[in-house]
Amino acid sequence: MDAVIENLPTYWRGFSMTLFLLGVSGASALVLGTIIAAMRISPVASLRAFATVYTEMVRNTPLTLVLFFCAVVLPTIGSRLDFVTAALIGLSVYTSPFVAEALRSGINGVPVGQAEAARSVGLGFGQTVGLIVMPQAFRMTIPPLINVFIALTKNTSVAGGFFVFELFAASRELANANGDAVIAILLAAATLYLVVTIPLGAIAAQLERKWVVQR
Amino acid sequence: MSAPIVLFDVPGPRARRVSLVSSIIAGVLILAGLAWIALTLAAPRESGGITLPGYFDPSRWDVFADPLVWERLIFVGVVGTLAAALTASVFAIILGIILSLLRSSEIAWIRRPTAVVLEFIRGMPVLLMMLFILLVLNTGAFWAVVAALTLYNGAIIGEALRAGLASLPRGQREAGLSLGMRPLQSKMLVEFPQAFRQMLPIIVAQLVVLLKDTSLGFIVGYSELLRIGMNQLASFYGNRYLLSFFVITLVLYLAMNLSLSWFARWLSKRTASKSSGKVLPPDDPGRAVLMAEASAASKQTPKF
Repeated sequence: MDAVIENLPTYWRGFSMTLFLLGVSGASALVLGTIIAAMRISPVASLRAFATVYTEMVRNTPLTLVLFFCAVVLPTIGSRLDFVTAALIGLSVYTSPFVAEALRSGINGVPVGQAEAARSVGLGFGQTVGLIVMPQAFRMTIPPLINVFIALTKNTSVAGGFFVFELFAASRELANANGDAVIAILLAAATLYLVVTIPLGAIAAQLERKWVVQR
Repeated sequence: MSAPIVLFDVPGPRARRVSLVSSIIAGVLILAGLAWIALTLAAPRESGGITLPGYFDPSRWDVFADPLVWERLIFVGVVGTLAAALTASVFAIILGIILSLLRSSEIAWIRRPTAVVLEFIRGMPVLLMMLFILLVLNTGAFWAVVAALTLYNGAIIGEALRAGLASLPRGQREAGLSLGMRPLQSKMLVEFPQAFRQMLPIIVAQLVVLLKDTSLGFIVGYSELLRIGMNQLASFYGNRYLLSFFVITLVLYLAMNLSLSWFARWLSKRTASKSSGKVLPPDDPGRAVLMAEASAASKQTPKF
């Protein structure tokens, strides 16, 4: 326990980097994922095909390989990114298809009858989408999106294996330095991850339970 | 909402022409982007005064003519990945079954602690678990990878099966009990087989996640495909082959993962058409478990 308290600054340094990775790559994955989802449901066939291939490929590539590419292979091709930027790019690219699928499943989850009803009372395209479809799609999208962010929180730990000093790297370093208190040190790191993931999970389950009854 | 045609009037000849033209323009732009990447890679590059040939030059790929490279890649790399994944899958399914039974037990002091443990495991990065097992239990890399993957995926499979048990019609259990079965008998003989069949697509989808996560073994020092391909072979043959090894490793991973995900999707379609029930999204096990849990919860408090 003493080893944990002594090293609180190191934990904090790692944890703030984890939160930084989560925030920045979460936001850019949201933007990238929205673009992919829009391509996926657009009437333009070539964009649809591109988005489908992208989703399938990225989702079936291990995150470790994606980060390896960004941190080790890209510099040999000539990129001059530092490791944090490389990890941010890797995490955003890896997370974007999951965001896109969550959005798409939300929009697909709205029954066609809703749009038909809106059209038959005389609403135009903008009104149908803005007033009827999107509000319902939105509430079906939030719980899976929260799930994606929980997964992203846990995935930031992989960046610790590629030269980024975040919570996992911090706890590995501390564990190596304090061989007699490995259990306490790793449990403290686990607690910090749980501080983020468990409340998010509780919110997702709560929202899903609240909204499933209304459907 | 699979038919966007509902949102607006049926497109006339002009709208269809616009759509076709923009499709061609977008296609050309995508191809141009790919061509730019290819040209950049094909161009010879300067590195510390030496000019290296482009990435499509045969000298970048000639290592793959050596059968020894393939032997390492396939028989050490792919086999290492598959061995860890297969061992962990078997244990994870067994653990998942046990956890789902404990989690849905009638006895509160069994059910509640199991729920807490499940939350704990599900909220933690697998990588941290691997490190914990490696350092604390001192098991060696293979068993650290297998044990962490077993715990994590077992917890998720357990939640899935529990949700499957809870979402069964109550009549199944009542019928079992009225035939004179004990509660445990009814659970094992009547309810559990149905829940397992219903949740099988989610379990297989979770196994795809497990297969992908074996690559985390790279970070804790287990010799799987990523470590063999990218670390050992690429550093043995030198940096000039790094991208070539990356491409081959990527292709091998995609081949394994895509075939397993297609199997999961096929399985879920088959299950859906047989039971004519709700189709749970097989691509995202986490989401599917969430949905099953919610529908189970709504079934338990019927609204009149």
